[in-house]
Amino acid sequence: MATTKHSRLRSPAGIAATLGAIALLLISVFASFIWGDAAGQTSVTDRLAPSSWDAPFGTDQLGRDVFARVMVATQLSMMLTLGATAISVVGGLILGLIATVLPRHPRRLVTGLIDILLAFPWLLLVLFFSVIWGASAMGAMLAIGFAGVPSLARLVYNLASSVSGRDFVRAARVVGVGPFGILARHVMPNIAGPLLVNTAATASVTLLSFAGLSFLGLGVQAPEYDWGRLLQEGILRIYVNPMSAIGPGLAIVIAGLIFTLASEALAIGSGEGVRATRALAAASVTGRRRAVDRGPAVPLQQTDASSDTIAEVRGLRVAFPDGEGGTVERVHGVDLTIAPGEVVGIVGESGSGKSLTAMALAGLLESPAEVQVTRHHFDGIDMSSTLSREEQSRLGVELAMVFQDPLTSLNPALTVGRQLTEVPEVHLGMNSRDSRERASAALASVHIPEPGRRLRQYPHEFSGGMRQRAMIAMGLTARPRLLIADEPTTALDVTVQRQVISVLKEAQRATGAAIVFISHDIALVSAICDRVVVMNGGEVVEVVSAERIREEATHPYTRALIACLPDMTSDRSVPLPTIGTTNITLPEEVVQ
Amino acid sequence: MSHDTGRTRSARAEGRFSLGERLSPRTSFLLRRLGRLAASVCVVVLASFFLIHLVPGDPVRAALGPSASPELVAATQASLGLDKPILQQFVDYLGGLLTGDLGTSIQSHRPVAQTIAERFPATLLLAVAAFAVAIAGALPIGLGMAISSRGGRRRGLDAALSSLLGVLIAIPGFLLAVGFIALFSVQLGLLPAAGWGTIRSGILPVLALALGPMAYLARIVQVEMITVLGTTYMTTARAKRLPSRLVYFRHALPNIVTATLTVGGLILSGLTAATVLVETVFAIPGLGTTMVAAVSTKDYPMVQGVVLVYALIVLGVNLVVDLILITIDPRSSITEG
Repeated sequence: MATTKHSRLRSPAGIAATLGAIALLLISVFASFIWGDAAGQTSVTDRLAPSSWDAPFGTDQLGRDVFARVMVATQLSMMLTLGATAISVVGGLILGLIATVLPRHPRRLVTGLIDILLAFPWLLLVLFFSVIWGASAMGAMLAIGFAGVPSLARLVYNLASSVSGRDFVRAARVVGVGPFGILARHVMPNIAGPLLVNTAATASVTLLSFAGLSFLGLGVQAPEYDWGRLLQEGILRIYVNPMSAIGPGLAIVIAGLIFTLASEALAIGSGEGVRATRALAAASVTGRRRAVDRGPAVPLQQTDASSDTIAEVRGLRVAFPDGEGGTVERVHGVDLTIAPGEVVGIVGESGSGKSLTAMALAGLLESPAEVQVTRHHFDGIDMSSTLSREEQSRLGVELAMVFQDPLTSLNPALTVGRQLTEVPEVHLGMNSRDSRERASAALASVHIPEPGRRLRQYPHEFSGGMRQRAMIAMGLTARPRLLIADEPTTALDVTVQRQVISVLKEAQRATGAAIVFISHDIALVSAICDRVVVMNGGEVVEVVSAERIREEATHPYTRALIACLPDMTSDRSVPLPTIGTTNITLPEEVVQ
Repeated sequence: MSHDTGRTRSARAEGRFSLGERLSPRTSFLLRRLGRLAASVCVVVLASFFLIHLVPGDPVRAALGPSASPELVAATQASLGLDKPILQQFVDYLGGLLTGDLGTSIQSHRPVAQTIAERFPATLLLAVAAFAVAIAGALPIGLGMAISSRGGRRRGLDAALSSLLGVLIAIPGFLLAVGFIALFSVQLGLLPAAGWGTIRSGILPVLALALGPMAYLARIVQVEMITVLGTTYMTTARAKRLPSRLVYFRHALPNIVTATLTVGGLILSGLTAATVLVETVFAIPGLGTTMVAAVSTKDYPMVQGVVLVYALIVLGVNLVVDLILITIDPRSSITEG
């Protein structure tokens, strides 16, 4: 523990592990001076005494104080544990590193053998080796140490081969550093951290194995004693004095927990980078945060009458806990209204809140997101109240979603057919044959050939573009009135993008559903949408008609987005303009 | 080929280029898997055969003790075949294995196979019962924790349960067994502290064996489930407004099966070895107590036989788990893409 950084020790696990390790060390060193006499003192009159103030764990059949013996046994238990751990770590390092530098075929032989040995539980290997080296403290230490070699060798090999594939090691090889030089100078320093964590974990398992082996009578032999040996003696007297068995057992459990905590504290240390990054990200978000009492950023013309709106959200605010008790608001009072059959684009850069707005509109944001609205309706359903079963069903039928990454938006464990027949079966009450026909028709309508065969396949048998079209088809299996497509083409290449867009448009024409199309690509959005909502920093900064976006856009952010688009007349000798990171302040007169 | 989730299984990564060019992924996986099984069986048989030769000094003298007459030692060596050339011994050993003959115990002079056949059922029952309890407990606990604490809800309850699981994982079965005896047998007098054959005498050993693996598996299930609940396809399922029953059981559960089964297999083979200690605590006449007695009395033919049986059980469990995995999850045979 002495080599760890201060910051690692400050975590609760680190503090507990450090204190525990110090206590174990002190007891190991000084116990024989303090309790040595009591541990060896036999007394016929005090035989098999129950626990008392003088002897908390009672006495054994020779009248010796069991508590004193547990304390004195700490030294032997610790030394044997550390000895066996050292054998495992050194053996694992040697075997693992040798495997790393071997040529291909011998290397595969060695790693194959390690894998075969790894298939067997550690205890089985320990028992095997302890047959060879006999029932003694030294034999048990060798047996436990060698039984731990395969798992550490595998770890070292995996770590070392991942490091030796990196560029800086290749560079070292190119300049002529030999295999052992590379191991010593480049590989070892990079695998030391994980190896340390696993050494502490190995020590914990080793300690428990030793206790087990001594308990079986295959480890430390009388008159010497470790915790396992004391446990073996204690359990024979468990009806006379339960503490004589529980005492050594407690010592084993506590020491094991100290090693486990040490391992966890060391592992937490390597996760610090993550926490620091998160704090930075939170700070940057708060820095961009605006005064929220400004009211709705853009007054909208649409009325509340549900006849000409399919979905409406007003005063939408989305916040997340910042991990320190407060919250960070990411969407600051957005108003959005969608008319039936309308195609609305939401554009903005990453982090502008466009996806959060869409997810909130669909009512799909869950804890830890905190959503606030002054009004939130979808086709006459009040989305801000608790929804009835019937309203849930209507939402399932009328509201469809398409997500950015088609590789993760379909369930990999279910067939495409299972996923496409679900809405008709659950919400439309169709039998399995009818819903299958419906799913097949939906797949056909998004131009997927052989829909019947395709329905029986799993998503991993579909290409990316096909999966995205299958997602659209999933919406078409019901009666969609609104389709929310969250960057549906970002993860696809250009030709596939075009297919997906045309399928979306066809679907819109065929069903009359409204579409909310989210993208960072203002050119794409203005090409397919009726109306464009521009978002920046969690607010709507401008709403313009898509047809006249180049002429009518007034907000500097929108103009900046448009200016980034190259066209046939762009000067190719000049770099495209970029949008600065400074806040683009909202002019008071910006009105649609 | 493109590949979706990150659930690759590193154990499958070997031998990826040799076969599979012309064969279907599943056939080539099966061939590779059987090849590994054959290699493992060879290693196990060799290790078991050489065990007696690896013992320093004269194993027969060690087994019979310093007071045994030289004639007895020589006779025992001859009956074990140790006076023959080593190759001849190995051929005889293999021949014996194929006919189910594992040799004769030095101590009891009974066939090793017969003793193993008598002791095996208790160990099997103990391990299988403990495994069933571990699975039956781990699934509801892990799923319940993941679902109830999703998105940072019920932080306190989650932390308390996680610590409890952590402590249970850290305590080995034989120490739990000692604690159970002290509590339920000595203090409360509810259940017997030793013995085998009745349901009551089986409760404590099974619980002592099962709780640690159950806690470990529950944690795996919880972590896997939290990962699955955060995926986009679960958002897709929620967007369909399916009843929670379908969201969790149809959409989430199949995605944790691979990891759960893989860990479950490791647990079952680990349980097989852990029975040795728990059998000793409760004085259960199983393979474990037989093994410990044989090691203590240096009854090498018996040790060879028992080690071989344990190792073959472990290999069998691993094979069955892998076969189940490729049957229910076709992607586990085609991890490399």
